[in-house]
Amino acid sequence: MNRIDRKFSDLKARNKKAFIAFITAGDPSLAATEALVPVLGQAGADIIELGVPFSDPMADGRTIQEASFRALQGGTTPAGILAMVRRLRKVTEVPIALMTYYNPVFHFGEEQFVAQAKAAGVDGLIIPDLPVTEAAVLRKAAAKHDLALVFFLAPTTTSARMAGIVRAASGFVYFVSVAGVTGASVLVAKDIARKVQMARAMSGVPVCVGFGISTPQQVKEIAGFADGVIVGSAIVKEVAKYSGAQDMPARVAVFVKSLSSVL
Amino acid sequence: MKTPDRNGHFGEFGGRYVPETLMALLLDLEQRFAACWRDPAFRKEFHFYLAEYAGRPTRLYYAERLSKELGTLKVYLKREDLLHTGAHKVNNTLGQILVARRMGKKRIIAETGAGQHGVATATVCALFGLQCVVYMGAEDVKRQALNVVRMKLLGAEVVPVTTGSCTLKDAMNEAIRDWVTNVKDTYYLIGTVAGPHPYPYMVRELQSVIGIEARKQFLLKESKLPDYLLACVGGGSNAMGLFYPFHKDKKVHIIGVEAAGHGLHTGAHSAAITAGTPGVLHGCKSALLQDKNGQVISAHSVAAGLDYPGVGPEHAFFNASGIASYVGITDIEAIEALKMLSVTEGIIPALESAHAIAYLPKLAKKVKGRKTVIVCLSGRGDKDMGTIQEVLG
Repeated sequence: MNRIDRKFSDLKARNKKAFIAFITAGDPSLAATEALVPVLGQAGADIIELGVPFSDPMADGRTIQEASFRALQGGTTPAGILAMVRRLRKVTEVPIALMTYYNPVFHFGEEQFVAQAKAAGVDGLIIPDLPVTEAAVLRKAAAKHDLALVFFLAPTTTSARMAGIVRAASGFVYFVSVAGVTGASVLVAKDIARKVQMARAMSGVPVCVGFGISTPQQVKEIAGFADGVIVGSAIVKEVAKYSGAQDMPARVAVFVKSLSSVL
Repeated sequence: MKTPDRNGHFGEFGGRYVPETLMALLLDLEQRFAACWRDPAFRKEFHFYLAEYAGRPTRLYYAERLSKELGTLKVYLKREDLLHTGAHKVNNTLGQILVARRMGKKRIIAETGAGQHGVATATVCALFGLQCVVYMGAEDVKRQALNVVRMKLLGAEVVPVTTGSCTLKDAMNEAIRDWVTNVKDTYYLIGTVAGPHPYPYMVRELQSVIGIEARKQFLLKESKLPDYLLACVGGGSNAMGLFYPFHKDKKVHIIGVEAAGHGLHTGAHSAAITAGTPGVLHGCKSALLQDKNGQVISAHSVAAGLDYPGVGPEHAFFNASGIASYVGITDIEAIEALKMLSVTEGIIPALESAHAIAYLPKLAKKVKGRKTVIVCLSGRGDKDMGTIQEVLG
């Protein structure tokens, strides 16, 4: 059982919901990310999504696009991120999922990427531009190495598709709250509650909701009907805001705590 | 083997690599297009506009002086440059706008590089009274200023894209972001045989009118099939349109011409098949220019319409399976070819199409005896006069 599965069964036993924090690895530097991850864990992030930057992040809004660009400018590579996770595993047991686009993984070699990620201490993989129909190789590799492979549901997903997606997913299912890119700000929680509940009824794994969530009130509202809440752009913005400061991790932790503590 | 398969694969290439939000829409579009394409009324309407509005069929012109100069080649030019809006792009936009209308979409978005597809999209949106938003790299907005004016005159909103390399690939990223956000009322009118399934298939079918006509016209003039087909390949829609109706004719040698920019050895080029590796960008697996970490590299070509780091997946498949071969032509060679065609035939080709023309002298040296060739003259050069003026001083 990987750390993500353990975390969810632990949360379930305590009747708690998961708070999942996204940051872009390498923004503003890999050293900063390395310092930030354990602090976010202490601030109540149950799982950390590490963005592996890609040159063409078509599912991302401005905030994460710019963070990815800064990380790439700084020379961040998939191999560098895996080496960082390996070092992090000496100091923290917080579950870590890598979130990236398909091309860097495909180019690395799917089986190799999964094997090396697992060996480094990564627990899951989230790829927004990889639908189940194109994921046969990666699913096999992920199953072999006990790495969670997260798939997506969207407001536009039909119930026929939903069944296939939740069956394929491991770790958790990522429910995109709004039709849009990351950081979108028109989330209306009650519109998706019914669909999330439908997914939870079908799914053997937890269903977590992300995109456009930035306030404690939204976190609480979403947690009312989902197994976990994912916050990305809002945290990435905080990182950017304090990126020059010595105490950046502590300052970002204050924000994360304000969100995680409502769960 | 029938291509693509039901998930849009051409051999190992193609597919649908998009956010889940778009999947339902793509599956719906696939069905809607299939229904249109089966429907004689749709075909009739499509061909009505191709003929009456765009000016089809285009001529297959025997370039006699050029052929004499080349010696060993008898060259026919497929005159897509004579179409309304000045390039082959309108074949595709007319077809897709009719599909969009049948889907009840009111807002059309498109990406454009050289501006030709943007103009062709703005044109058909004006024709049918639909809202049109065109994403264009800020760099391309500068070097293709005339086409920006044209699009605006046609009533389109042109959005300069300032992310990444500020060219076609970034315009496409931005168009996809718009699409994923406005998925309900918006139709994304992709300009080439790339993107997620069903686009590569749909655009191929719509552009195949080029090859279907050329095949008939050539048979009528020469009572045989041509020995060679030549076309420039950026995303590859004019090339696929010419090639596809011949792809089962084993004796026809099919050659796609990519942009070698400053030279393949310099890294500043757009030759995804000749110099790239398999990868995934903008929804499909194909040949791609990328670094050792799988990051997409900015392409370069003097021809904005070829300035793209990827290529249509079916071209990658044609290359892998030996149906076609692909070569590179540099910026300088293309400009020389543009000058050559201008003075020998009185036809100023687009810089994109000039890449195909530029391969003729090389081919002429290779062939034994006298051979026939059809070149797709995909667009006219009016839009490139600024660039030419800069280069020639």
